[in-house]
Amino acid sequence: MSANDAVVSIRRLSKAFGGGRVTALQDISLEVARGEFVSLIGPSGCGKSTLLRIVGDIIEPTSGEVTVNGKTARRARLDRDYGIVFQSPVLYDWRTVAKNISLPLEMLGWDRARRTARIKEMVELVELESFEGHHPWQLSGGMQQRVSIARALSFEPALLLMDEPFGALDEMTRERLNLELLRIWSETGSTVVFVTHSISEAVFLSTRVVVLSARPGRIAGIVPVDLAQPRTAATREDPRFFELVTDVRERLHAGGADEVLEEATLE
Amino acid sequence: MSVMAQPIPQGTIVSRVGRRAQDWIPAVVVFGLGIAAWQWLIPDVFHVQRFLLPRFSAVMSTFWHERGTLWSAGWFTFKEAVAGFALGCSVALAIAVVLSRWKRVGGAFMPYAIAANAIPIIAFAPITNAWFGLLSPWSKIVIAAVLCFFPVLVNALRGLTSVDPESLELMRSYAASERAVYRRVRIPTSLPFVFTALKVASVLAMIGAVVGDYFGGSTRSLGVQVQSSVSLSQFETAWAAILVASILGIAFYTAIAVVERFALAWHPSTRGASE
Repeated sequence: MSANDAVVSIRRLSKAFGGGRVTALQDISLEVARGEFVSLIGPSGCGKSTLLRIVGDIIEPTSGEVTVNGKTARRARLDRDYGIVFQSPVLYDWRTVAKNISLPLEMLGWDRARRTARIKEMVELVELESFEGHHPWQLSGGMQQRVSIARALSFEPALLLMDEPFGALDEMTRERLNLELLRIWSETGSTVVFVTHSISEAVFLSTRVVVLSARPGRIAGIVPVDLAQPRTAATREDPRFFELVTDVRERLHAGGADEVLEEATLE
Repeated sequence: MSVMAQPIPQGTIVSRVGRRAQDWIPAVVVFGLGIAAWQWLIPDVFHVQRFLLPRFSAVMSTFWHERGTLWSAGWFTFKEAVAGFALGCSVALAIAVVLSRWKRVGGAFMPYAIAANAIPIIAFAPITNAWFGLLSPWSKIVIAAVLCFFPVLVNALRGLTSVDPESLELMRSYAASERAVYRRVRIPTSLPFVFTALKVASVLAMIGAVVGDYFGGSTRSLGVQVQSSVSLSQFETAWAAILVASILGIAFYTAIAVVERFALAWHPSTRGASE
């Protein structure tokens, strides 16, 4: 990975809350290359969502720096380099599916004809052709999240940031959307940073899995995922898939996930 | 965007109207029984005196014969109510935007706005008469405006600030200006709250204008009509005037509800999402 090929470059980043009393992230350094699909995984409260938000310039780090395409995170945000998908779809009820997808395009000042053409492409990409005129509350949770993904990709951002996007969905929907996301990723060639607490999801989707330790969040290990592309339902039954899942799990435990789990049980 | 919004299937127009009619039957029966009780039961069986409650037919007859005077008085007071509503609500909405934009200012004023919401503002009516002149419509407009002001302020502020944090993070990721956040997120989010308050305010404005008249006002106003009829023992006229006030109040409320239905056409409650 050459330095100028990095979309995201994080150097010695730390984040403390409450005037320095709680250290959420400590000394994180990471590079994400163009076209990579990188997952951040770690126990609850390890700061993985915080790290994602710092990359997206939604919150600021206490120290260290983040560059995106060689720019500061702030500059990248002002240049609209980020597409964000949250755990909840964050769709606007007063807008139809088409209008929700159109939101970032309106902010970018695209004219109507260009917006209409792009909305059509995006609706086809996430396979919601006959639902353009529906309102979000008329759709299922999985469909809503597909709209959210379409909205995030509509303006072709340099980087797609996803914060547990399938965390609230049932297992069946989640596996289907995993495959769909991989298809979209290979079709669009986007760079993705994906936060999850599911080990199998992280391994299945990613080119690399970054394991964070319990608070303060540190990089406990990076697991390159050498499973063949494109991945299919059969990938989940590949012996190599299980080896990688085991590898990630062991690193999670070495990083103190057990202690956090015990703490959570005691509460 | 060629595909139009698909309405939730609700059957044909005929079956919908049929179902509506059935739903309405109990209410219509209660209405009929109420009128019958007013007409016969109360005066003939309970011997309630005319000055307490005149017979329904007598009120209706006065309502018809004095329609010119009554409706012109009603219109006079209704204009005061609408002017007060417009003034109170627009000032409240403007202040809500300012207070939601600058949170510290909002935090400083909000407790007082909530407290003021619990004050019986109508008690100030004689004071506004002193401030703006007994015969001036402004004394009634101001009391109606103040009555409308607080519920609209409190609700609009709640609506403007009840945006979920991820919504704001999303707008931040688009490098959206504060103005764009208001236009595309905060204001649409606040609309259901605002319309609830506007409906309450329409009722309050009418109360404010009529009660304002009670403390003195133009002889052309509805409140003064009610008062002078009572003092001249013309109870039928007083009740007919109250009927005019009720009709105008309901019409005002309905008008706001109709605007709400159009403005919130997207809202799940409007579109029958529960079905």
